[in-house]
Amino acid sequence: MDYWKDFRKVFFTLMTLGSFWMLLFFVVPMGFLFVLSFSSKAIVNGETSILDYNYFSTIANYVDAAGSSYLVLLGRAVLWSAIATIVCLLLAYPLAFAVCFSAPKWRPILLLLLILPFWINLLIRTYALIQVLRTNGFLNQALGFFHLPQTDILFGTSAVIMGLVYVYLPFMVLPLYSTIEKLDKSYLEASLDLGASQPRTFWSITLPLTMPGVITGIILVFIPCLGSFLTSDLLGGPNNWMIGNAIQNQFGEANNWPFGAALSFILMYATFFVLFVRAMLTRRSKGVDA
Amino acid sequence: MTDPIVSIRNVSKRFSGGVMAVDNVSIDIAQNEFFALLGPSGCGKTTLLRMISGLDSPTQGQIMIGGEDMALTPPNLRPTNMVFQSYAVFPHMTVMDNVSYGLRVTGVAADEAKRRTIEALEMVKLEHLAERKPDQMSGGQRQRVALARALVKRPKVLLLDEPLSALDAKLRDGMRLELTRLQETVGITFIIVTHDQDEALSMATRIAVMDKGAVQQIATPAELYEQPRTRFVADFIGKVNLIDAAVLGQNGKTANCVAAGLGKIEVGTDKTCGDKATIAIRPEKLKLSTAEPKGASLIKTKATIRDVAYYGDTSHVVADIADGQHLDINVQNNSRVGGSGFDRGQKLWVSFDPQDALLLTE
Amino acid sequence: MAARLKPGQGPLDYGSRLWLKILFAVVLLFLYAPIASLIAFSFNVDKTGVWHGFTFQNYIKAWHNDAIFNALSNSLAIAFCSTIFSTILGAMTALALWRFKFPFKTPFEGFLALPIVVPEICMGVALALFYSKTGMMTAVRDWIWPLNLINIIIAHIAFSFPFVAVVVRSRLVGFNRQLEEASKDLGASEWQTFTNVIVPFLMPSLIAGGLLAFTLSLDDFVITFFSSGPNSVTFPVKIYSMVKTTITPQINAASTVLIVITLLATFIAMKIQAPVKTEKS
Repeated sequence: MDYWKDFRKVFFTLMTLGSFWMLLFFVVPMGFLFVLSFSSKAIVNGETSILDYNYFSTIANYVDAAGSSYLVLLGRAVLWSAIATIVCLLLAYPLAFAVCFSAPKWRPILLLLLILPFWINLLIRTYALIQVLRTNGFLNQALGFFHLPQTDILFGTSAVIMGLVYVYLPFMVLPLYSTIEKLDKSYLEASLDLGASQPRTFWSITLPLTMPGVITGIILVFIPCLGSFLTSDLLGGPNNWMIGNAIQNQFGEANNWPFGAALSFILMYATFFVLFVRAMLTRRSKGVDA
Repeated sequence: MTDPIVSIRNVSKRFSGGVMAVDNVSIDIAQNEFFALLGPSGCGKTTLLRMISGLDSPTQGQIMIGGEDMALTPPNLRPTNMVFQSYAVFPHMTVMDNVSYGLRVTGVAADEAKRRTIEALEMVKLEHLAERKPDQMSGGQRQRVALARALVKRPKVLLLDEPLSALDAKLRDGMRLELTRLQETVGITFIIVTHDQDEALSMATRIAVMDKGAVQQIATPAELYEQPRTRFVADFIGKVNLIDAAVLGQNGKTANCVAAGLGKIEVGTDKTCGDKATIAIRPEKLKLSTAEPKGASLIKTKATIRDVAYYGDTSHVVADIADGQHLDINVQNNSRVGGSGFDRGQKLWVSFDPQDALLLTE
Repeated sequence: MAARLKPGQGPLDYGSRLWLKILFAVVLLFLYAPIASLIAFSFNVDKTGVWHGFTFQNYIKAWHNDAIFNALSNSLAIAFCSTIFSTILGAMTALALWRFKFPFKTPFEGFLALPIVVPEICMGVALALFYSKTGMMTAVRDWIWPLNLINIIIAHIAFSFPFVAVVVRSRLVGFNRQLEEASKDLGASEWQTFTNVIVPFLMPSLIAGGLLAFTLSLDDFVITFFSSGPNSVTFPVKIYSMVKTTITPQINAASTVLIVITLLATFIAMKIQAPVKTEKS
């Protein structure tokens, strides 16, 4: 590796544009948002202005955000994301396992089948799910065909969680697949050979050795779930808001951008907290990586 | 033989692709044997070992262990334990936890498990490393952990899959001796899989040579070397000169044949041969001499030396004989002066006692 | 847990366990049934969601529906521009990170990962704020197409190029720097070495990274939703507004077209990446 000072011209040519882009179109906007979260709408001529703010004037937005109704939205986001993450894990682990232990020529095809939907537009997938779940959607048509009772899960909690699982399942499959695939199968064979039953082998050997993949999968699903608003918006409706919906609302109809900015930062802090926990966990389990 | 501890009866294993990995194999292995499955890679020896352990199951046949058919018993319910080629020492456990694992998962009381674990670690001289993690150990140490981990279970049969292949040459020699010593101390049947004939010959009490899924011969090391039953075995174990021969007739225990480069000769045999056979003779059983050797029974031919390779204690000579054939000859270098004493292009005689030659029909 | 093995099967042949096969089938049904029915109903005569017969009418109608057509062409134009710039930026950044040691390199790498980990909605509202405060939101409104989409393109580049950098960098790991030295030793300049040695080596990852940027851009709804002005509607944003009001099979038709485009891009990317894998093994 070269030291940057020895090739200044090359170094700056390669670095400048990317750093500039990140600075101007990511850091600066985040800075704006940060400032705004501590601001209030300016009063001009006795009326609340639409466009002007008193910058760095207040922490009221955060105080308001801590108010119970918004904490409920954050708590709900955490809870539902956790449920969706667990469902994804419970589905993806056996699936990834099955793929890894199938015949080598089938492996790439089976894996592709599981992750292909990830490439299809989120909105199209959500729209497709709506068409299945709505009152006279395909699910109920199918149930009707078999003379089974109709369900009405669209615009309910279960629809939101189902939507989150539907959208983020591939994110869980991928890291699990790559750790299980790297796992030396002779560890499992050794465990069975030493007298451990299949479940015992799973708990004592397989799971601990694939933990890095499990943690990565949890992070990859939990974080986007936490900040999602589309799924809860379209599948859950107004009674099933998560924190993302509240942010969208403040930047849209409610038109209270400073408050929305504060909510955004609360969401970001929650996200960073999750990443911090992960960093702690991986540090602790260092050397366990198979 | 007393009741065999492991009895493999007509076992076949067909892989899903249709390949016969093991083809109708039958082997009896007695209590306390150090038994080797020897063969080139892909001969089915590892598959056979895995079927004894339960990590694979046969498509046909019986595998009796301690008198019970266990062909379809899962590995965790079998009285066998395995030392894996990669050792498979659990990376997230200490040496202590690795070795006691097999006891803990089968419900052995904690204090007894601990006592036996320490005992096993002492046996492989690793008690001072009990708290280490595998990534802080050398390959040789990890192998001892794998050994202790398997032996602590006191299995009826210990299975070793290419146990020495991942060690460097120096460690390998030491480990060979140690494995034989261990086998004598613990008195457990060892079944070892190897592709290395030296390993099998030096450690095993009996060897099954396998090729293409089938057993070629089961015999003691000396028998295998001196009495190979097939061309494959003769060729695989040690060096050998294989000479095509046409059998003209058989007279009791001798066969008259015409061998390529040797002409009409008589060789002893206890089998009835067809009209084609192979004469096998080891390089060290051939003699070189400048004068025509005396002795009516000797088989002799004129030869020209093509190549001499000096190895210190011995020299390997390649000599051309009639019919475009050539022979490999090992010569002992008994004198300090003059090397092998033979030169390229030199013309001389090659001879051997017909008792040292073997007529192979398969 | 079966107490006995099946003949010819090992204890680890999970791939042949029935319950796993059933689970696999159920999950595939869950994943694909909605998409399959969406595609199927793009060929439906009726708009009520009950099958009444096969037709291409929805595709023809969608093609002539200005709102849908514009939204789709906006999406493709944005994806196209974003892909080109993200690939260049991503490749340059990857090269810099691969070749140079410099102060604060690790923090810089973490910083590059931020657009990947920060919730999309936060980045979306931050950009919305930035564009409106700097006047960019209104300034570009009357520019000619596709320049009036510049805000969205900028945003897409910002979240796509770090992904491209990751892809290119993983390819660079396998690069033998002696090739570079050999080229310079033979008298090539830095630039000649770059175009004749490094770029050809990177080509598979540039194409793969580019196609990744392309699908990321087509896929994005949240950031686009916030950073787009009222006149620059993309296809996902259009579906969003239509889902909220009326569902028509024309949306199914246009969605099907977009699915086909993304899947094609994905397949090409995989075909190109596949030989890279065999080279390494």
